[in-house]
Amino acid sequence: MKKVFKLEDLDCANCAAKMERAVAKIDGVNEVNVSFMGQRMTLDADESRFEEIMEKVVKTCKKVEPDCKIIR
Amino acid sequence: MKRSSMSRKDKKNLIRILIALVLFFAIFITDKAMAGGLGGVFSGPAAWVFPFLLYLVVYLIIGYDVLWRAVRNISHGQVFDENFLMCVATLGAFALAIYRGVTGEEIEGFDEACAVLLFYQVGEWFQSYATGKSRKSIASLMDIRPDYANLVKENGSVERVDPSEVKVGDTILINPGEKVPLDGVVVKGASTLDTKALTGESLPREVMEGSEIVSGSVDLTSQLEVRVEKAFYDSTVSKILELVENAADQKSKAENFITKFAKYYTPIVCGVALLLAVVPGLITTDWSTWIYRALSFLVVSCPCALVISIPLSFFAGIGAASRYGILIKGSNYLEKFNSANTFVFDKTGTLTKGNFAVAKISPAERAEEVLRLAAIAEHDSNHPIAKSIVARYGRESESGYTLTNIAGSGIAAEKEGERILCGNEKLMQQYGIAYAKETGIGTVVYVARNGEFVGSLLIADEVKPESKQVIGELNAMDCKTIMLTGDNESIAQNVANEIGLTGYKASLLPQNKVEEVEKLLAQKKQKDVVCFVGDGINDAPVLMRSDIGIAMGGVGSDAAIEASDIVLMKDDLKGISLAKRIAKKTMAIVFQNIVFSIAVKVAILILSAVGIANMWLAVFGDVGVAVIAILNAMRVNGKY
Repeated sequence: MKKVFKLEDLDCANCAAKMERAVAKIDGVNEVNVSFMGQRMTLDADESRFEEIMEKVVKTCKKVEPDCKIIR
Repeated sequence: MKRSSMSRKDKKNLIRILIALVLFFAIFITDKAMAGGLGGVFSGPAAWVFPFLLYLVVYLIIGYDVLWRAVRNISHGQVFDENFLMCVATLGAFALAIYRGVTGEEIEGFDEACAVLLFYQVGEWFQSYATGKSRKSIASLMDIRPDYANLVKENGSVERVDPSEVKVGDTILINPGEKVPLDGVVVKGASTLDTKALTGESLPREVMEGSEIVSGSVDLTSQLEVRVEKAFYDSTVSKILELVENAADQKSKAENFITKFAKYYTPIVCGVALLLAVVPGLITTDWSTWIYRALSFLVVSCPCALVISIPLSFFAGIGAASRYGILIKGSNYLEKFNSANTFVFDKTGTLTKGNFAVAKISPAERAEEVLRLAAIAEHDSNHPIAKSIVARYGRESESGYTLTNIAGSGIAAEKEGERILCGNEKLMQQYGIAYAKETGIGTVVYVARNGEFVGSLLIADEVKPESKQVIGELNAMDCKTIMLTGDNESIAQNVANEIGLTGYKASLLPQNKVEEVEKLLAQKKQKDVVCFVGDGINDAPVLMRSDIGIAMGGVGSDAAIEASDIVLMKDDLKGISLAKRIAKKTMAIVFQNIVFSIAVKVAILILSAVGIANMWLAVFGDVGVAVIAILNAMRVNGKY
């Protein structure tokens, strides 16, 4: 399942790349794209476990870039 | 700089930076101007404490957030975090200065630590400002999203509702000055519409009862009653907005390269910095010199400026294109389009207008008579050729004739012993009429009356006025231009010669077009990029199959918008050469930014390592590069 999330306070382009790399490593994530200019994250993940994966995504992003909020 | 274009956060940070700058220079100048410096105010072994405290105040004002983030991120295991590196560099510089003070050397270096953080913040601020501004320019461009629709209810009352609540078949009112919220058909009223935001076309469009209108245009003169044909999520506005929003997600090769570069760059620079501090330090035991040089390395280790200038350039390029009614679906397509060197065109509707028109009547002196007789014979037919003749005649043709279809060759019209024959060569031969052969390219209709030849009409598909110029421009850029058409060889050759195409393929069935493009794709070299340009009608498969599909006249054609990578909202071929110029400039700037930024960073690293560059130069260089790269990126969004 593919879903798009808005990102708030994503301030640096390198952090966006770091977030993308970190989220891609999460189990169940098929594809992820963090767009710095668009301030959005497109997440393609296992549908049956989407909520569970999303929890992990939020946690991971919080670690990499604590200022950035994922609007769900 | 307009203040209004700044976000609250940017404004707050700007004030903070200005306060810190003023304080910093006040302290700095006093320090330099005073004999003995601030360190001389108090004497004794703790003389360094006074200037240290002064600079510390400035340091904390400008850097408290960086310090906080560094502490927080390191607790999350983010070692190569920019905040952390900046803190190490500046705190290290402070430590070195304190060390000098304690050991009784000359008191200096506090200013440097402060300045590094200060300029780092200036750079950060500038980046934030520039990206915010660039995002806003796209957002204002996308100011086509309608806020409401005036829904006419069953009892006749009008209610203002969200466009997404309106259903297909509902009736809405559009007042002058309002945006058309949904695609539909005018059922009452006539007005002019401004479609500039959609197509870049500045000429307003006249609409009346029965006209189809697209969402996103603006009603200029009078009220319209419109029957809604598409729900909001399927409407033109939604499709376009979605397309533009998605465009930033499609990353280019250049962008991927630079993020990958950044991934390795920071750890490598940090590693080298560590080596630089330890190895020569152990050998020479001149620890403070080498630690200082290593700290300068850390100042240059932040890759953000480099990383940001690339997507910013592409973003500006996509924005510039959309201002001219050219929608590019992603940075990757803009990048690819720059190296496009084979353009395959559909003929009808793309290079030509796709409408048949009478191009020539011979003999010229009897033109009116030829046309009149032909119109009599053809007025009842639905064939496009017949229609073009009737349209050219433009009047009601004489009635009372008995029309007989002569299969495969034409029409006979008879009244009171008069017999008009109208058709192809075969018809003339069949009736043994001596006729003057028309050699022009197109479909020829011969007209005879009572066994006597009267004249002929040449009907041809008109070439668009801009075709020749655009093909010429593309040829001048060393591109192959190839036309695909279902027309016969002679028509194809004639059009190809007229507009200067480098090649053509005639007599193709619709499915053959895909095969032809497949063939070109199979033959092409690694670097070649094959574009297909079509009007979006029946050519969705080819648009999808080619490297870059370009659909023309995209407004209202969802299939074309979906299938293509670049959409020309205006039905104007000039968009292609324009898009090519934008792509070229964008890529040139991207290339400049990559080379320039990396070159300057490497140069600063080398100069710092050998001790020529101090920390001042390192931070100026680093922030300077960021500012220049960003300003360069903004240049993409110019006039074309």
